[in-house]
Amino acid sequence: MEPIEQRGYANPDRLVSTQWVADHRNDPDILLVESNEDPLLYSTGHIDVAVEIDWTRDLNNPLTRDYLDEAGFEALMSRIGATRETTVVFYGDRNNWWATYALWVFSLFGHERAKIMDGGRQKWVDEGRPLYQSVPNRPKTTYRCPPRDDQTNRVFRDGVLKHMQERKALVDVRSPEEFTGERLHMPAYPNEGALRGGHIPGAKNVPWAKAVDPATGEFLPATRLRELYETGARLQPGEEVVTYCRIGERSSHTWFVLKFLLGYPNVRNYDGSWTEWGNLVGAPIER
Amino acid sequence: MEGLQGLLDLAGALESLDRAERIETLTDYARRYQPVPEDVAGKPYPERNKVPGCESEVYAFWVPDSGVRFAVENRQGVSAMALAAILQEHFVGPRSTEIAQVPDEIVYRLFGRELSMGKSMGLMNMVATAKALAGAAK
Repeated sequence: MEPIEQRGYANPDRLVSTQWVADHRNDPDILLVESNEDPLLYSTGHIDVAVEIDWTRDLNNPLTRDYLDEAGFEALMSRIGATRETTVVFYGDRNNWWATYALWVFSLFGHERAKIMDGGRQKWVDEGRPLYQSVPNRPKTTYRCPPRDDQTNRVFRDGVLKHMQERKALVDVRSPEEFTGERLHMPAYPNEGALRGGHIPGAKNVPWAKAVDPATGEFLPATRLRELYETGARLQPGEEVVTYCRIGERSSHTWFVLKFLLGYPNVRNYDGSWTEWGNLVGAPIER
Repeated sequence: MEGLQGLLDLAGALESLDRAERIETLTDYARRYQPVPEDVAGKPYPERNKVPGCESEVYAFWVPDSGVRFAVENRQGVSAMALAAILQEHFVGPRSTEIAQVPDEIVYRLFGRELSMGKSMGLMNMVATAKALAGAAK
């Protein structure tokens, strides 16, 4: 894969290479954050100065099915030693799936100094770079943030319904089997927590992982991303887009691609996603 | 202790630990994980042996007189490796079919309730697949 700055991205500064991380990881204004799907992975080894953010423990409020509030975010950032000026570099397992999710949550609090390490944890490992088990002891800070912004990068069900009725673009990033409704009865869970299988009417299906090179986990160059989303899914450059999946985590990866790599100005992630829409009384679906 | 009671004892012990201790114990199991022997199954593993809904690309096999054996294809699937090792170590030989009696909530007792829905589903499907294999072997 060519260097990040040669891939034609709208905002190449949102991605950094593993070599950049190796070179800059000890810079005082850089904070590395590992965020994984697998809760055991960080403890088996991580980049020496990386702290861990665990979605279910650190970013999620399970009682309200919401994210942490301003006070919670301020406490989290203070604990991991970040200031408003800190550039947070996320990386993680599974092609940065949960790393982009964490970055998306950070965007709700206006922490725009946030990047992704291209290729994620696996690329770092594949390059023979070292991992360590000791947890870094970064000095605590006092972090203050603005009120959480649930409008710019996030959308709720009523907004999705209006978006759908206006025939604006929806990208369903789940697997084709989930999109068609074929996957209805997995063992123990009917359709991953939803009563109905299918998709939001008008949505285009572009599984999230198609945006990365499966061999390296790196994001595809802009030309190939445009083929995927604009030629394949017929998105119009710059149009308003809502992304969704099952709970909003896979779709945050596509949100990152459309917003930062292709530069779409108005991309929102529907974190209620199919676990809400598939159960919502009166909400139309297609199969 | 092997068998169902041994697994339940392990679950009880893990529930009494704090998060860091639990993670340390589970990663110890993950390090002990041994994939299905090559004389039982080789790569590429048959699709019919794939655990459904498991993002870590886990395959499950029943080995007569031995029990369930897993292959975890995702090198980052530490939780899947830990669960594979736990099940393989507890249900071996004459006690292998006791796995059919494992309660569904065992995943939460072993790993805690802070799992993502996708992760918990994948692990629960590993248990469900192992139980189905044991049931068919009886």
